[in-house]
Amino acid sequence: MSKLVASIKEAIEKCGLQDGMTISFHHHMRNGDYVLNMVLEQIAQMGYKNLTVNASSVFDVHEPIIGHIKNGVVTGIECNYMGAKVGKAISEGIMDKPVIFRSHGGRASDMEKGTSKIDIAFIAAPTSDDMGNCTGKFGKSACGSIGYAFADAMNAKKVVVITDNLVEYPLVDFSIPEVYVDYVVAVDQIGDPAGIVSGTTKITRDPVGLKMASYAAKVIDASGLLKDGFSFQTGAGGATLATAKYVKEMMLEKGIHGSYGMGGITGYMVDMLEEGCFKALLDVQCFDLKAVESIRSNPKHMEVSATQYAGVSGKSAGVDNLDVVLLGATQVDLDFNVNVHTDSNGYIMGGSGGHCDTAAGAKLAIIIAPLTRARLPLVVDRCLCISTPGKTVDVVVTQRGIAVNTAGGKNQELKQKLIDAKLPVVEIADLKRMAEELAGVPKPVQMGEKVVAKVIYRDGTLLDEIHSVK
Amino acid sequence: MNIKTNAVAGTLESSDVYVKVEPSDKLEISIESVVYNQFAQEIEKSIREVVDELGVTSGKISVNDKGAIDCVIKARVETAIKRAGGEQ
Repeated sequence: MSKLVASIKEAIEKCGLQDGMTISFHHHMRNGDYVLNMVLEQIAQMGYKNLTVNASSVFDVHEPIIGHIKNGVVTGIECNYMGAKVGKAISEGIMDKPVIFRSHGGRASDMEKGTSKIDIAFIAAPTSDDMGNCTGKFGKSACGSIGYAFADAMNAKKVVVITDNLVEYPLVDFSIPEVYVDYVVAVDQIGDPAGIVSGTTKITRDPVGLKMASYAAKVIDASGLLKDGFSFQTGAGGATLATAKYVKEMMLEKGIHGSYGMGGITGYMVDMLEEGCFKALLDVQCFDLKAVESIRSNPKHMEVSATQYAGVSGKSAGVDNLDVVLLGATQVDLDFNVNVHTDSNGYIMGGSGGHCDTAAGAKLAIIIAPLTRARLPLVVDRCLCISTPGKTVDVVVTQRGIAVNTAGGKNQELKQKLIDAKLPVVEIADLKRMAEELAGVPKPVQMGEKVVAKVIYRDGTLLDEIHSVK
Repeated sequence: MNIKTNAVAGTLESSDVYVKVEPSDKLEISIESVVYNQFAQEIEKSIREVVDELGVTSGKISVNDKGAIDCVIKARVETAIKRAGGEQ
């Protein structure tokens, strides 16, 4: 027996695609992904209409989806992140149905709970055998972890694996097992390696970024959480990576043996693992080549599914035991709500990803961002979109001051510890005032009437709506 | 001060502004800005203050603003005008 079919077209036919169905994709190929465009192009050619695309993320490379929306092939999008190119078109109102935004944990859990149904999942697999045992660890398009694709594979009615490295059965060290897979298609190329992972992720040299990073590291130190058993997540942004570097230096200097590092994994987290800062890495997505090499060769660098990373449908998840997470923001409001979905003009250019999941789980959720960006203040009266509820955010670090969220009497002890450590602790309203004194008071942005996106929180409830731009 | 030649000042880096001035029969100011919706009036006011202070009555002043604060806009405009007026 073999599940190999000759083409994507044949796989679509055999899966029984019909108008109005929901198809899914995962985003480990990131901005190098060919699979989503390839499949949609085929579906458009076959004349299907009115499909919903549930992709864990939509990147700029997926710009052709705008054409498929205009010609009625795609009438719904569900995702956890949307890049600025497609985001702009959505914000301008090209689609009738609002986009459904979820978090990384929420997407997987909604599939598992059955509230988000997938008819056909298309899995971009850098290596697969002809029965569908597949992985991202090997092959010319290797991306490392394919953690976001597990929920799709396990919950979709039909599952198609698309690979550019077909190997003999059984694939050794598979990630997704054959039991979930219906068909396998071999193609020339599933992605552009240059867009899949960065060669290296670099630490910022911007003095403002380094200042913020140094404060964030001191906050972690002063919090008392930096001790044996420490667990940590950071993104791939320049300032958050710089913070990781400072944290690593402190851990090595004090001989602290942490427990785990988690998230999208960069070479810096791999360095921390190799130098004994952590016992293990829990990896849902690799950001650079060093991370890919590490997950392939180091058993302590473990692939986890989105559910195990950040979901609410499992009996526990990695985020539940996280000590510290470092997160970014485009806007923070006076109640510590965070916007990572839109820019300051209200255009969609991002999404929660694991932002709200990790903020909810971590003991200390730190937002790190500059006081102003291109004259616009970080702290505003009301965020244009609530991506992460303020009640899950503990500290906002800027280069000019650090605000602690003490609403409801929480974090009082933390605030005192930061003051004792001689850190520049201010109120959140002070950060807004300082920015406005420096850069002026921006005229409020007026949004349009149409709801272009709904933001669903990790527990499945509606968190906010994003309106069209004027 | 008269604008005798073409001149530029500033950069297109975030939080900076690129100012171009050219000779013209009348005074023309054009503004492009990433924060136009939020700060158009402030940007124009900063430019006009410098123009008035230097006594410029004609010339084309084009700014491409990447979110510069007022003191930066004023400094860049002043530099561009002085370069166009023969000062180095």
